[in-house]
Amino acid sequence: METYTALRQFADSWGLLAMTLFFAGVILFTLRPGSKSHADDAAQIPLKED
Amino acid sequence: MNYPLETAALVIGTFLALLGAAYAHDSLFAAHMWVLFLTLGISSIVMLRRVSFAPAGAPRAVPAKSEYFDEVIKYGTIATVFWGVVGFLVGVVVALQLAFPDLNIEPWLNFGRTRPLHTSAVIFAFGGNALIATSFYVVQRTCRARLFGGNLGWFVFWGYQLFIVMAATGYLLGITQGKEYAEPEWYVDIWLTIVWVAYLVVFLGTIFMRKEPHIYVANWFYLAFIVTIAMLHIVNNLAMPISFLGIKSYSAFSGVQDALTQWWYGHNAVGFFLTAGFLGMMYYFIPKQVNRPVYSYRLSIIHFWALIFMYIWAGPHHLHYTALPDWAQTLGMVFSIMLWMPSWGGMINGLMTLSGAWDRIRTDPIVRMMVMAVAFYGMATFEGPMMSVKAVNSLSHYTDWTIGHVHSGALGWNGMITFGAVYFLVPKLWNRKRLYSLQLVNWHFWLATLGIVLYAAVMWVAGIQQGLMWREYDDQGFLVYSFAETVAAMFPYYLLRALGGLMFLAGALLMAFNVTMTILGHERQERTPGVAPAGLQPAE
Repeated sequence: METYTALRQFADSWGLLAMTLFFAGVILFTLRPGSKSHADDAAQIPLKED
Repeated sequence: MNYPLETAALVIGTFLALLGAAYAHDSLFAAHMWVLFLTLGISSIVMLRRVSFAPAGAPRAVPAKSEYFDEVIKYGTIATVFWGVVGFLVGVVVALQLAFPDLNIEPWLNFGRTRPLHTSAVIFAFGGNALIATSFYVVQRTCRARLFGGNLGWFVFWGYQLFIVMAATGYLLGITQGKEYAEPEWYVDIWLTIVWVAYLVVFLGTIFMRKEPHIYVANWFYLAFIVTIAMLHIVNNLAMPISFLGIKSYSAFSGVQDALTQWWYGHNAVGFFLTAGFLGMMYYFIPKQVNRPVYSYRLSIIHFWALIFMYIWAGPHHLHYTALPDWAQTLGMVFSIMLWMPSWGGMINGLMTLSGAWDRIRTDPIVRMMVMAVAFYGMATFEGPMMSVKAVNSLSHYTDWTIGHVHSGALGWNGMITFGAVYFLVPKLWNRKRLYSLQLVNWHFWLATLGIVLYAAVMWVAGIQQGLMWREYDDQGFLVYSFAETVAAMFPYYLLRALGGLMFLAGALLMAFNVTMTILGHERQERTPGVAPAGLQPAE
């Protein structure tokens, strides 16, 4: 198969699926229950004295 | 402090530049090598004069190692202000060159050469120095670790200045590879790659050595900016020089592939240099200046991932109605429109950080500047996706509307957030109680804001008129206007645009004065009406 066609097919099948899943996973992980307190702690980092 | 290896490397570099000038394949390369020879030669002399020739073993004053490596950030802040003024000044000159063609002084100061000088000076010299300086500041504070790599930080700073000098003088000499925002030729590109890898090592090394368990979100944005710019720069500049002692090189890609690679680079330079990097600034300096944590930390994480996942696909919208396949154009358009969501999520996050402290907009001109920056971030990221819609683009493309859009983003968002960061940093870095004058900051704010509004509004009118004139047909099917007529119709707009730029430049000059006086340790006696004196202090 031509390189272009092969890459193109990979990009709009498994590549697309992998990226979508990763992206959805990141969003779900960020919003998981119990993440709020971690996030609130992290948000304080710049405000600790320097 | 002695820098024996660094000084030796400079001297050798100077000699190599001389050899390059002697054996040059073409006269432009010889001229450029003379520039390099002079720059490195002067640097060598400066470094040699600083060498202490005390006998071995003699006691030598070793400066105490401070907790944070801030000396290079001081230099970076000054360089930011300096290059900002230079870049804005060249901008006013090119604006006037468009209005009055007689100002094109051949051959070195033609518009074709001064225009990349302006874009590179503001984006890479002003913006780049701001990003390097603030990233060094933020990564040390939020990791609670000293900058990694010792003197490598100095190499990044001075190496980057050398890149700026070589790029700028190259443009004026007429050396360009003709790719927008990637004009420097192959040898300057290689130098930037070396500097950039050092930058990555310094930044990543500091993150690895961190004492704070969590990596604060600003560092994610900075890291995305550094890594992505490295990737974009290398791929877009893959080229084969015709001689290793000549300026000319040929791109590894041809035709539409080259165009797509260029705009994949070009748009992500906007997305990762001018957006991600400056968002790193926003997520640190706004919370610091208002002394409140970011509105929603989780939203900032989603902002980050959504932005980097989507921006990378938006480039093809620069190539609507070209030889690029239709599906690629549509892909670029769709991803541009999807970018609305993360962009506005981030804007809301930045603005809402002020919730409960909205009075700071009234009392603190630095906060006002930062809020205006975020507002312009929102406006520019609304306008951009709209212009990427093919139907809108068929009117707006190649017109001055695009120029107006770019400037509302660059002057409004990048400029204002950088000014805010500079005003925050200067008293901190030089250990001053406060800035020389907050009233001057207020003047700067209004000059800059009104200058941008004038600029953007005039360019909307100019661009839409231009686009409509280009596509005006009579009932016989002939074009109504010749191209020269559409150019002549732009004259009043070009004058007003130059005025807007002049106001922005005037504001930057006030900043340069204010920063200089602050560094020199002066404090202007002043009282802003209706403000409690405590409100005048930078938040801490």
